[in-house]
Amino acid sequence: MNAAVAHIRWLEECDASSASVVGGKCASLGELISIGMAVPPGFAVTTHAHDAFLTRHAVRERETELLQAVDYDAVEEVTKASERLRDLVEDLELPEATAAAVRDAYERLSDGDDVPVAVRSSALAEDLSTASFAGQLQTYLWVEGADAVVEHVRRCWSGFFTPEALSYRHRQGIAAEDARMSVGVQQMVPARSAGVLFTLNPVNGDRSKIVIESTWGVGEALVSGEVDPDRFTVDKVTLDLLSTVIGNKQVEHRPDPSGGGVVVGEIQADRRSLPSLSGEEAVALARMGKAIERHAGQPQDIEWAIDADGEILVLQARAETVWSQRERPPTVEKKGSALEYVLADLLNR
Amino acid sequence: MTSEPATRTFPSPFDVPAPPGAEDWRRLYPEYYLFSEERRDFEESKFWFFDGLHNPEPIYPFDAIMTESWWVFLNQFLTRVWQVPPASGIDQRLVNGYLYVSPTTIDDPAEIEQRVPVFLERAGQYYANWDEIYDEWIVKAEDCIDRLRKIEFEPLPDLEPIETVTSVRGTTSAWDIVHRYDELLENMHEMACYHFELNMLGYGAFMTFSDFCKAAFPDMPDQSIARMVGGVDILFFRPDDEVRKLSRLAIELGLADAVLDNDDPDDVLRAMGAAEGGDRWLAALEEAKDPWFWFSTGTGYCHQHRSWIDDLTVPFGAMQGYITKLQAGESIDRPLDEILRERERIASEYRELLPTDDDRAAFDETLALARKVYPYVENHNFYVEHWHHSMFWNKVRDLGRVFQAGGFLVDSEDIFYLHRYEVHEALFDMLTAWATTNPGRPRYWQDEIAERKRIMEKLRAWAPPPALGKPPDAVTEAATVMLWGITTDMVEQWLDAQGGNGDADGGPAALNGFAASPGVAEGPARVITAVDQLDQVELGEILVCPITAPSWAPVFAKIAGAVSDVGGIMSHAAIVSREYGLPAVVGTGFGTRQIETGQRVRVDGNEGTVTVVDE
Repeated sequence: MNAAVAHIRWLEECDASSASVVGGKCASLGELISIGMAVPPGFAVTTHAHDAFLTRHAVRERETELLQAVDYDAVEEVTKASERLRDLVEDLELPEATAAAVRDAYERLSDGDDVPVAVRSSALAEDLSTASFAGQLQTYLWVEGADAVVEHVRRCWSGFFTPEALSYRHRQGIAAEDARMSVGVQQMVPARSAGVLFTLNPVNGDRSKIVIESTWGVGEALVSGEVDPDRFTVDKVTLDLLSTVIGNKQVEHRPDPSGGGVVVGEIQADRRSLPSLSGEEAVALARMGKAIERHAGQPQDIEWAIDADGEILVLQARAETVWSQRERPPTVEKKGSALEYVLADLLNR
Repeated sequence: MTSEPATRTFPSPFDVPAPPGAEDWRRLYPEYYLFSEERRDFEESKFWFFDGLHNPEPIYPFDAIMTESWWVFLNQFLTRVWQVPPASGIDQRLVNGYLYVSPTTIDDPAEIEQRVPVFLERAGQYYANWDEIYDEWIVKAEDCIDRLRKIEFEPLPDLEPIETVTSVRGTTSAWDIVHRYDELLENMHEMACYHFELNMLGYGAFMTFSDFCKAAFPDMPDQSIARMVGGVDILFFRPDDEVRKLSRLAIELGLADAVLDNDDPDDVLRAMGAAEGGDRWLAALEEAKDPWFWFSTGTGYCHQHRSWIDDLTVPFGAMQGYITKLQAGESIDRPLDEILRERERIASEYRELLPTDDDRAAFDETLALARKVYPYVENHNFYVEHWHHSMFWNKVRDLGRVFQAGGFLVDSEDIFYLHRYEVHEALFDMLTAWATTNPGRPRYWQDEIAERKRIMEKLRAWAPPPALGKPPDAVTEAATVMLWGITTDMVEQWLDAQGGNGDADGGPAALNGFAASPGVAEGPARVITAVDQLDQVELGEILVCPITAPSWAPVFAKIAGAVSDVGGIMSHAAIVSREYGLPAVVGTGFGTRQIETGQRVRVDGNEGTVTVVDE
């Protein structure tokens, strides 16, 4: 199988142009690697592999058949079709060549031991242009062993048929035969701290600020809103740390010691109100966010983690969607001369 | 009354008791400088804050010439020359010898409207021709200083010199003193006019750019704004640059030990004089001294802050530090190129972030004007407060020596205990005695001065409250914020602080002020309340002071961070800290009273907080 139709593609081989093959998330991770960002190593299970699976098992025909009569306004009808399609996918094996390629790539990633990985769906780029593709995305953390990885790839593929995904494609007018997805498999970061970073102030849209929210452990506790995170504001131009607000971080997500997945653990009282980032780390994160924004050409919403050694890793970067789509009002009314600005300033105090 | 919610207020200026033993403090100052029944209603309706920035200590009667001078010559530009539309004058009063000021704004829109065209015409002319006007300003300032230099006071002769007769000049030594003293006062007021001729317009242009930036980028740090506007060719770094040059020369000539081994400047000079090649170094020192050592160790506003030219302790102390660094192979240069590169980078990056082309045009216009006026804003202090005022105080000392020689003063420095009007009286007392050859009344002056010394001692021990009278809802007045660094939050803090037990004992572990220079530093505190304590500062300490002066710059090479009681982001401490890359928090209000030397403190120049982290 040549590269054009390969089952997997390593992240460092991905870039913006490969979005149709590896999905938006993996494409952007490839871009991040290309500009020197530290990204946990991993690979994408390509849309070719997905396509081959759907074709080989005639899933597409089944989908077309099932959806033909569905009334998308009737939630129970969509749900029923979804259940049938998902049952179908979950009963099927991955094609041998795909499974072999995934296992092989996982072994290379593991380098001997079974390394824990995150298995995530990576939606196609055209779906990323709006924020409303929720439901297409699955995330499985701390997956260990080649069998489990193969199993979770299939679960992601099953997630391709959630009711939300079906409705979404219908709304977007995406025909069943054109739809496909990619799955990203990436080494898990045993995060000491993790969180999100916006390259603008999400409160007021101020583009001269970088705002970081951070918590102990894996970032999921923060994304899901289970903790009151620490918040750091950094000036984007000077990279001066402008403010630090320490949150009360009650819980953290840690790998399940019994293997597989994560568990929620309580944070010791004395550690809850300790800053989960040092000032230097906040500034280093901001520097990273600024570089990513510059490369992307627009404000970014970034997920990151810091491992036990203090290394910063980018888990995901995507366009910020709230403020970026609003019109930005002018700051002042245009005047004819500097003197008139001085006068206006004196009068407006 | 007891059931009403308490409106928080500062003490009425009429209810501030005099320190015991200093009840008679008012006799040191003219009537117009005091709170009085005649203006009581007006005075009680105003908010007065302590001007610790320029006058941290009670004002000597003679030194009142400085504050009275800006009382007239600054305010005239605001109200009568430019007619800055929303500005009335900044008023002044003395309380227990300490200066309180009260800036106000005009609220009536119709009145403001009327003033606008006047302002546009007048200020417009200055802004349009700023560069030429500033060049001309330097000529005027230097000429004023030159005339000041020529004013000389000599003791009265027993017999007029023969030249009085041969030149047929008609006037005499007595007339010379009267005339020259008037000339001296006029010269001071003339420089004050120049001082404020460009001052308000300069700060106004800077504020306009600053306000634009903060509107575009909420919470933009003041230091970012200052870094975009500030230049590197600032005169008040020049004295320190001269000290670096002399340090290098001492090493080059193999004479470093003459500086390192002697703590007393006189011993350094002697050692240099005795050493081979020392004459070259001494010549270089003389060359540097005028004008660069006319550099006050204080603000320049008070006579007791001597300049380097009179006391070489500060520059020679700094030299020891520079020589030690140079010998250890360290660089002592300010990274000028880097500062300039950063200035351009920061400005262009913020500019790029603006939403519209109109905003970018406004940014360009206001930044260009701010940069145009900034050389004046940064450099005028050297001409006015340092060079001119230091020389002015020395001329007053010369007159003091004339009084001393005439038996009217015990010590020439005692002249500062007399108000300038009283000096006229004392002068005539002495001249009548000289002219008639009969007794004058020196005892009257000497007794009065002895009493005043006692009173001022008591006043010095008194701690002036940060504010008096009616607090404003919000502090918006430009000069209050910009020059004195007072904000609404700060006024709230003061109210909170007095809400406790009325003084700062056992105060909170954290102080808030202006984040004046970024970074965080921790170290043992060194509380310095007077310039003669500066030599106590040790490497790595956090300097905690009421204010700093530019001449303290060498100390910044030693310290890890700085904290001041008063001052805004354009205060000297802030500018010098940014230049040296040191974290600084200014305008904390109570730093010197709440922190003790030796306590471990953390200065957060990003957040503007100072925390005592004592074990």
